Amino acid sequence: MPEPITVTVNGTSLAVPGGATVAVAIVLAGAACRKSVTGETRGPLCGMGICYECRAVINGQLHCRSCQIICQPGMEVRTDE
Amino acid sequence: MSNITRDQFDVLVVGGGPAGLAAATCAAECGRHVGVVDDNPALGGQIWRGEVGKAASEAVDWYARLRAAGANVLCGARVFHQPEPEVLLAEAPDGPLELKYKKLILATGARERFLPFPGWTLPNVMGAGGLQALVKSGLPIAGKRVVVAGSGPLLLAVAAYLRQHGAEIPIICEQASWGSLVGFSLALLRQPQKVRQGFALRKQLAGISFAASSWPVSARGERAVEEVVISQSGKNKTVPCDYLACGFHLVPNSELAALLGCRLRDDLVQVDDYQQTSVAGIFCAGEPTGIGGLELSLVEGRIAGLAAGGSAPAAKPLFAEREKLRKFARVLDRTFSLRAELRGLPLPETIVCRCEDVTCSRLAQHTSWRAAKLQTRCGMGPCQARVCGPATGFLFGWAQDSIRPPIFPTRFENLITFSPEAERSEITGGRG
Repeated sequence: MPEPITVTVNGTSLAVPGGATVAVAIVLAGAACRKSVTGETRGPLCGMGICYECRAVINGQLHCRSCQIICQPGMEVRTDE
Repeated sequence: MSNITRDQFDVLVVGGGPAGLAAATCAAECGRHVGVVDDNPALGGQIWRGEVGKAASEAVDWYARLRAAGANVLCGARVFHQPEPEVLLAEAPDGPLELKYKKLILATGARERFLPFPGWTLPNVMGAGGLQALVKSGLPIAGKRVVVAGSGPLLLAVAAYLRQHGAEIPIICEQASWGSLVGFSLALLRQPQKVRQGFALRKQLAGISFAASSWPVSARGERAVEEVVISQSGKNKTVPCDYLACGFHLVPNSELAALLGCRLRDDLVQVDDYQQTSVAGIFCAGEPTGIGGLELSLVEGRIAGLAAGGSAPAAKPLFAEREKLRKFARVLDRTFSLRAELRGLPLPETIVCRCEDVTCSRLAQHTSWRAAKLQTRCGMGPCQARVCGPATGFLFGWAQDSIRPPIFPTRFENLITFSPEAERSEITGGRG
């Protein structure tokens, strides 16, 4: 099992299993990913990069599909909650 | 502006799941210079997600063969456009890729079909394969209660996988009737490989309740799903849960094939005996030609790889195996076709298009996909109708009528870095 690594989700640090995607980090942080155009909170749906529900801000880059990106140590993730 | 990376291949394969792996391996073993491009962080597609480092897996054998054959792997890169014949553009983390090819193999796989019902937009309501993908990507699931619902053999595989990882599965709801499932089981008996898988699954699922003619009516919860109301044999029943894993079988990812002008029928890419599409030099293998599962994808991939690699005669002996597996695919289609009652699941206020938050009642005012799109923005968000397209196809009978590049949202700089061949030579050659 790979070593856990530490990332930041909405300013709070948390450890995630090595190799985990950012979507996993967001769910583990108890956060949702984005607010829909009418203000609903949304989390991942398809888990494979198709649906765009898991979009989040990763290291300052907007609209990243968090389910397709592997966590790197020190990564900063912001969700639109 | 990010720099464009250029590469050219004898055979380019789009998609690194089983069909793409088999295709790339076989083409490379023919001595061709082969590239595989895939959107996911690693090869394997959805079925082999996360199996790269594992021992004793069929996936590992294919990875080893692919490496030995010397194919180039480009992961985390998504094809979004064909700016001119025999060139594809892909978006990668370090900037765009321009990929030239002589032969192209499309192995773009399938996605889950999602149907709208009240509460389906709540966090922790996911696809069945969607939740499995997250667990494979590191989400701990031990001790969580997961209702698995929808349709198709994937539900059983997902339930078994989640249970193996410590989840509690209160119930599996399959919309198909017992009658059609019995037909499916009989067809399984003619496929020894599938019988073995079936027995293994039965053991892994022992003790879990399985309901046929059953589907989710609504999902409820404050911040995330807390309970699901299911319809079971005509009665509603509330089941508390932490996740609802729900997908209604699979639909092909045929957008790229459509963009390239390949002939489609009922969203399925039409191919000849050698897996060649209606466009010469473009092949297609796996789920986009018909939802048939792992074994069919592998054999179609091998045929496409051999044919594109210039060894078509070597593909011939595989035709019989493919035909047998295609028969099974037809049984899958029949068994898991959707029952009409599911059209009644969304309430007027239920969101159908999740990107643009378009409700069922707003869509019901329109008579075609085009009209609905123009008036409501349905299907115009970032998923580009990959979720609501198949749903409205089922709910309203609408067919999508056009596909335009880019087929995935991409960064603006990726669209402007490509300069067509003619323009480039003009620049380098000077004027006059």
